[in-house]
Amino acid sequence: MSIDLHFDLRRPDFHLAIESHIPARGVTALFGRSGCGKTTLLRCIAGLEPAARGRLVVDGQTWQSDDTFVPAHKRPVGYVFQEGRLFPHLSVQGNLDYGYRRIPVSERVVLPEEVIDLLGLDSLLERRPAELSGGQRQRVAMGRALLTSPRVLLMDEPLAALDAISKAEILPYLERLHDELSIPVLYVSHSIDEVMRFADHMLLLEDGRLRAEGPIKELTTRGDLPLARAEDAVALLEAEVLEHDDEDHVSILGINGARLTLLREDLPVGRKVRISIHARDVSIALTPPRDISVLNCLPVTVRQIHEETRPGETLLTLDVSGQPLLARITRRSLRALGLEPGMQVHALIKAVALVE
Amino acid sequence: MFDTLISPQDAAALWLTLKLAAITTLVLLLLGTPLAWWLARTRARIKLVIETLVALPLVLPPTVLGFYLLLMLGAQGPVQAMGGPAFAFTFTGLVIGSVFYSLPFVVQPLQNAFVSVGDATLEAAASLRAGPWDRFFTVVIPLSLRGFLTATTLGFAHTVGEFGVVLMIGGNIPGETQVVSIAIYDHVEAVDYGSAHVLSALLLGLSFLMLFALYAINGRFKLTTA
Repeated sequence: MSIDLHFDLRRPDFHLAIESHIPARGVTALFGRSGCGKTTLLRCIAGLEPAARGRLVVDGQTWQSDDTFVPAHKRPVGYVFQEGRLFPHLSVQGNLDYGYRRIPVSERVVLPEEVIDLLGLDSLLERRPAELSGGQRQRVAMGRALLTSPRVLLMDEPLAALDAISKAEILPYLERLHDELSIPVLYVSHSIDEVMRFADHMLLLEDGRLRAEGPIKELTTRGDLPLARAEDAVALLEAEVLEHDDEDHVSILGINGARLTLLREDLPVGRKVRISIHARDVSIALTPPRDISVLNCLPVTVRQIHEETRPGETLLTLDVSGQPLLARITRRSLRALGLEPGMQVHALIKAVALVE
Repeated sequence: MFDTLISPQDAAALWLTLKLAAITTLVLLLLGTPLAWWLARTRARIKLVIETLVALPLVLPPTVLGFYLLLMLGAQGPVQAMGGPAFAFTFTGLVIGSVFYSLPFVVQPLQNAFVSVGDATLEAAASLRAGPWDRFFTVVIPLSLRGFLTATTLGFAHTVGEFGVVLMIGGNIPGETQVVSIAIYDHVEAVDYGSAHVLSALLLGLSFLMLFALYAINGRFKLTTA
């Protein structure tokens, strides 16, 4: 299953022109600054921008072409709006039922009990939207969209309008959606932290254009893109919990053979996790140093040496058992170590964070 | 006791007034709802002209409106020339006149209510598979109930109180086109203050009660939806 799209939408101060082929599985992030067109792109897919010209084929079905425009209410998408947009005159139950009742019985794949359980809505069913907190409202909005058994779930910054506490409350539910439902998700966000938590694939948008797309691990570490060049650039790596050492209170993670030590995390052995490592927390050594407090020293290959991110400071992409890692070092260190692409060196990693 | 207070002719005028107001309000809701919906949604330039025309009865002397309607609907008027009946001096003529006269009182509250429903909620309904009619009946109308209540009350109350238009177009035929406001005028002209008092007090009481109910219900709505 995939989403083939090609849209062109002109507004007085904005021009969206995007062509892409999105793998419709897992979570695809539409990422970029405010005003880059990510929400507009999502609206085009939902059929909420009739002025947009172009082509949209989802899973082999044409939703839009030169002579077709399937109206919004006939597209099997679920849309979670930034502000929830619950119906104020209906209870939570009424909101959940609204879309569910409107799809044919034979197409009801997602069931109310399932959604109520997944999103923890049981105690809210009788309430009115006005009586809900921001986080609760977004959970209802997600449930309502899911109950239309959509072929693709479109989420427009569902966390943006929430305070930190509500965000923390809703994040686990989003992760469960990701893990337990096989519905592909397009997730609009301008927060790289959010994107790194759930997304598998990413479309990077800039001024209405597609700047780059690909697996999120690749895009966050590409030296030609703003993400890797940002001050807080991070690399995402897939790892597995290998063992715990309770005496020292540390956990050992494995990245295809390489071992990483971090402070004890309460995770079962064998669990796959996503970790993030900041470019500024990675140093390079030609030989593994001894007598040093840094625990993690991984053998890596220098893949690429990028243009300086600021005068005197350069960015390296390294390869850790096939996964990209970023390191930020000075021009002086680069010259002193004589680093070249292809060299085998050691990466000293000062801090590792679990993303999930 | 009612019979002793009020003459059969006044009772007929009262009944006619209520019937006129009820039918006019009904017609206005049927015609005004699509018109208000169109005004609330359209971006056509002609909207401005239509809005102005709808608001005209607010400022126009009712006699001016009645005069033009008389010309349009009277004998040898364009409506009759095109094969229609002469509506002037009939109950139907009164309804037509009242519809024009009370139009803004129904259309404006509805239009405001429809605008405040907003695109956002309608888009949400569309994304949940509701088609245009479905959206109108399951989202727009429930969220515009206050607007409908206001439109109904104001349309009814305003029609009950009309004078100039009915006088011009309806004449003053007892039992057929004589409404309460004109009956009161007749009583005062005839220095029958007693009858004028009774009818005036009835109208005052009725108007007060309708508006009071409107404000009371709207106030309650505010409390429950806030």
